[in-house]
Amino acid sequence: MITFILNNKTIKTPEHSGMTLLDFVRYEQRLTGTKIGCREGDCGACTVLVGSLNNDTIEYQSITSCISPLGNAHGKHIVTVEGTNLKNKLTTTQEAMKANYATQCGFCTPGFVVSLTGFALSNSEKNYRNAINAISGNICRCTGYKAIEKAAHQVVSALQNQKIDNSFNWLIKNGFVPEYFNSIHKRLKDLEAKDINQPKGKYVSGGTDLYVQQADHLADNSVHLIAEKDYLKGISIENNRCTIGTNSTVSDLWNHIEINNHFPNLKKYLKLVSSEQIRNMASFGGNLANASPIGDMTIFFLALNSDLIITNEQEEERTLPLKNFYQGYKTYDLKDGELLKAISFKLPTTQSFFNFEKVCKRTHLDIASVNSAIHMSLENNTISEVHVSIGGVAAIPKYLHDTAKFLTGKPLTSETILEASNVLQNEIAPISDVRGTSDYKRLLGRQLFYAHFTELFPKQFTLKDFVQHA
Amino acid sequence: MHKHKSNNALESKLDAVSISIKQSIKNLDSYTHVRGESIYVDDVNVKQGTFHAVVYDSPKAHGKIKHIDYSKAEALEGVERIFTYKDVPGKNQIGGIIPDEPLFAEDEVHFWGMPIALIVAESEFIARKARELIEIDIEELPVITTAKEAKAKGSFINAPRSFSLGDTEKGFNDCEYIFEGETFSNGQEHLYIESQGAYAEPLENGNIKITSSTQGPTAVQKMAAQVLGVAMHKIEVDVTRLGGGFGGKEDQATPWAVMAALASYHLNQSVKLILNRHDDLRMTGKRHPYESTYKIGLSKDLKILAYEVEFLQNSGAAADLSPAIAERTLFHATNSYFVPNVETTVISCKTHLPPNTAFRGFGGPQGMFVIESAIAKAANEIGVPPRQIQEANLLDENDTFSYGQIAKKVEAKNTWDSAKSIYNIEALEREVENFNKDHSNFKKGLAFMPITFGISFTNTPMNHARALVHIYLDGSVGISTAAVEMGQGVNTKMIQIAAQVFSIPIEKIKIETTNTTRVANTSPSAASSTADLNGKATLKACTALLGRLKKVASEDLDISEDSIELKDEYIYVNHKKSELSWTELISKTMMKRVALTENAHYATPEIHFDKTKEKGHPFAYHVYGTAIITTTVDCTRGTYEFDSVKIVHDYGKSMSEGIDLGQVEGALIQGIGWMTMEEIAYNDQGRLLSNALSTYKIPDIFSVPKDVEVIPVETDGNDMAILKSKAVGEPPLMYGIGAYFALQNAIKAFNPNYELKFHAPLTPEKVLMSLYSK
Repeated sequence: MITFILNNKTIKTPEHSGMTLLDFVRYEQRLTGTKIGCREGDCGACTVLVGSLNNDTIEYQSITSCISPLGNAHGKHIVTVEGTNLKNKLTTTQEAMKANYATQCGFCTPGFVVSLTGFALSNSEKNYRNAINAISGNICRCTGYKAIEKAAHQVVSALQNQKIDNSFNWLIKNGFVPEYFNSIHKRLKDLEAKDINQPKGKYVSGGTDLYVQQADHLADNSVHLIAEKDYLKGISIENNRCTIGTNSTVSDLWNHIEINNHFPNLKKYLKLVSSEQIRNMASFGGNLANASPIGDMTIFFLALNSDLIITNEQEEERTLPLKNFYQGYKTYDLKDGELLKAISFKLPTTQSFFNFEKVCKRTHLDIASVNSAIHMSLENNTISEVHVSIGGVAAIPKYLHDTAKFLTGKPLTSETILEASNVLQNEIAPISDVRGTSDYKRLLGRQLFYAHFTELFPKQFTLKDFVQHA
Repeated sequence: MHKHKSNNALESKLDAVSISIKQSIKNLDSYTHVRGESIYVDDVNVKQGTFHAVVYDSPKAHGKIKHIDYSKAEALEGVERIFTYKDVPGKNQIGGIIPDEPLFAEDEVHFWGMPIALIVAESEFIARKARELIEIDIEELPVITTAKEAKAKGSFINAPRSFSLGDTEKGFNDCEYIFEGETFSNGQEHLYIESQGAYAEPLENGNIKITSSTQGPTAVQKMAAQVLGVAMHKIEVDVTRLGGGFGGKEDQATPWAVMAALASYHLNQSVKLILNRHDDLRMTGKRHPYESTYKIGLSKDLKILAYEVEFLQNSGAAADLSPAIAERTLFHATNSYFVPNVETTVISCKTHLPPNTAFRGFGGPQGMFVIESAIAKAANEIGVPPRQIQEANLLDENDTFSYGQIAKKVEAKNTWDSAKSIYNIEALEREVENFNKDHSNFKKGLAFMPITFGISFTNTPMNHARALVHIYLDGSVGISTAAVEMGQGVNTKMIQIAAQVFSIPIEKIKIETTNTTRVANTSPSAASSTADLNGKATLKACTALLGRLKKVASEDLDISEDSIELKDEYIYVNHKKSELSWTELISKTMMKRVALTENAHYATPEIHFDKTKEKGHPFAYHVYGTAIITTTVDCTRGTYEFDSVKIVHDYGKSMSEGIDLGQVEGALIQGIGWMTMEEIAYNDQGRLLSNALSTYKIPDIFSVPKDVEVIPVETDGNDMAILKSKAVGEPPLMYGIGAYFALQNAIKAFNPNYELKFHAPLTPEKVLMSLYSK
């Protein structure tokens, strides 16, 4: 039985754990405030909150319920828009949306309300930027967002005096959530949520990619949910080496203080990776095993010269450089019964330089036309070690062996970079598709390569050093 | 939020806007919207035994159907029945303007995604599974995907249309400069977040009730009756609201509603048909792509003396609304400019794409893009800023449009000049110039976009509406009109009208669903005219009721009618409050057996158009405005942001400032999306490549202009508009066209070798390629 709390109600259901949470809340529970817009996590109309017990607190995150397996709700508190409603009055968030004309046709509105309520419930700093990040996965076709921005401002100012201790009480008192939120902690603890039956079947973690591709298949067949497997979780740092369990989500990385210290621009990079709702669900294991030639995190980890730790049913482990993992389009070195356990890499230091670039049609919540990352070390302005990766220009997420080899040992000058750029052009073979023509991807590959250096060494290089008429 | 230290006049105007918006009425639907309690088609509580349907559509764009095997699908457990054209008891035909569109394909398929059959099962999931089991054998025929190709092969929807004014040949003879060129503007997916859908329920006696997400309830009713071969009165269509329409549900909500009705008719059970997003994207038409060629001639002092243009409209595989959309392209071919000699032609080209359809602006934006391109090209060649040409040719009072209407109460120059002065154009332009001098890796571009948009259905007979107003015994009011609420706030406006006439609180007034049994034979909610037409009808009905109430009051109080007014739920006599309340008056009226219901009909006066001459007075009035758009292009990556859009807009006397501002902002962003990131892609086999939200991108919160400022131009309003509050749905979309030219100016600032191209949308790909073109 899948057991969880849905709004203010305890649910025990024998439903198939592979059905989507969206279908369950809409059609089994008739909570029709959660809307269907796209069923692929790209519009946010089906956003719900997931509250998870974490020691003495509950952490709430927003997710798109359309690509989330029902089984992942086990042991959690799921909140739909109905679960935020107060009796006969609007919540502070709802009032802000209404007062600022932030709703027109109303279809996307519950998603925005839930995301902003999630922002109020979250531990993140209550500033405008974070409020907008919270709704980064919500698409509205009517308003043009300017009214929604005003609503977000109003929500942020209403949260300015939020008491972090005992925050549920504060939020209840200030009309953000209904009273029953106070009882959830105890109820979740008391919830008899034993491990659910896990049949053999497709491994599913966050589900953010699998449910886009094959939701019907997963709803109809056995799935093996691994999102709650402890041995696949966690981020640890030892001797300047970081090991990330493949069940960790992009948000786990986003929130990790020490990692942020090593990557001062981490949030800037990760903001380019889908939306907050998806980052809350998407696991690194999924991103790597999806083997997309433009997987953002794969490109990120390739430039860190990461190792993959792979385990099997006998719990035997082997380690493999990520750059050797991919063999061809969507094929890789993983045997039956094997599972990606963790990814491990040396952290950037104050002497090394890391950058990530991504360009797509729409800057956020879009799939890259080309993405690229670089990590390099310098000794006396000579490149002592360098790893470069690029996505969208080959059948696999590409580690640029030749370019890296060429750069190693060279002085960091514009001549070196221009020559390396030619090497790069020989290493890639983009094809024309819906993300761009091959000519465009070649040009973009060159430009993003230049961008690494103008970003990392702004005093040393500008665009003018690399291209004409700049 | 934003400080404008240098411009106090602007600041005080923005403050005034912000105050009027705070005080303005809120969208009355928003209470249930924000709570997730508003009801859309898929939220309707279904009846026991409801079946679910999925459409089986063509996997090829053009071909002869040799054989279809449904046997495996039919054998799947839970599948009730599969319907095809053979099950149509009436006509297998849903074409509105031209009967050229079968509901289900018969022997041939004409576009990829063309409906062939309807699979009805116990659940949508089972129906989808069954769909995978259908086998089809199609003999493929040649596929046409572009308008040019269709023209070359003589594949047309109907005869071309041409408007003409003056004599272009003579005009060109007097020109100092003449330029010719080509433009392309791509289609646009509506992307209403609520996909198409309908729910059909059998009633007694073979009657059927359809709950549809449609902008045109009467179109659904008429086509359902036609397909089922029954009288229209046997079909009831009901609409609560739409989760977005934008024109995409004007004509193209019909097939799904009719299919659900057909299945319901045969099975005598309720049937729900909601398209999933992929099906919706694949099966429905979009904004029309246009390929156009123009010739523009200017005098030495930059007056446009002559303009010729041929528009090739990619209509898709059936007429749908294409002829009407083509017509509006001609109406707006010269945008806000007076051109004495004009020759415009539009050709609706039949291709193998899904039938393209209405989309906010209805062909107008496509027409305006071409003249703005022609002006940009001329300016570039002559070596003057485009705005100099734009400004030299703005419409004046009593100028003649190419279709013969004389421009009256023109605000083109007023909004243009106001925009220049309020927003301090010299400072803005200097800022751009200085930025471009100081930066090599980023460049800014600025463009002006004036708009002039005609209000009314250009098909004159469609300009009518009705309102049915009941005052109930207890003094509460219920209003039914033909207006469909889809986010534009028309419900709120209707309530405002009644509240104002009766002087009762809005809580006492309810807007009923849009239902063909209460308001019949309606025009769709479209052409920006919904509030005008239905509002005027509501006003008429309420005013008639008010007259009767006053009469009763005058008899009751024994005082002349002239001295009576209704105010704040009381009857006032000679401006003094009497003891007679609204509720008591209603009760007395009832006792006197005076009708508390009124049904009013409104038809726009004055308008007419003669299609044989292509001349007339088709529009009740025009809406004007000017936008200034500024962009910053990242010259390393080819990406861009819009810094600001500064608008002076002609609302008339807005009756709902907050709602109307929402229309301006929403339309603007849609227009910018059309010009920038929204890229429809079909392959040469006619298969849609941008077939999901992962491949078709619409603006998100990060991609909208950082600053959008909208100042109302001060005018007396126009009596043809409801309460002088002008139509606002479509016109502001065309401000977005300025985004294209702003970007182009930024590209030019980086790459002097760049040759202007007019090929929208200007995606980051095209921007980067242009930045580095040689």
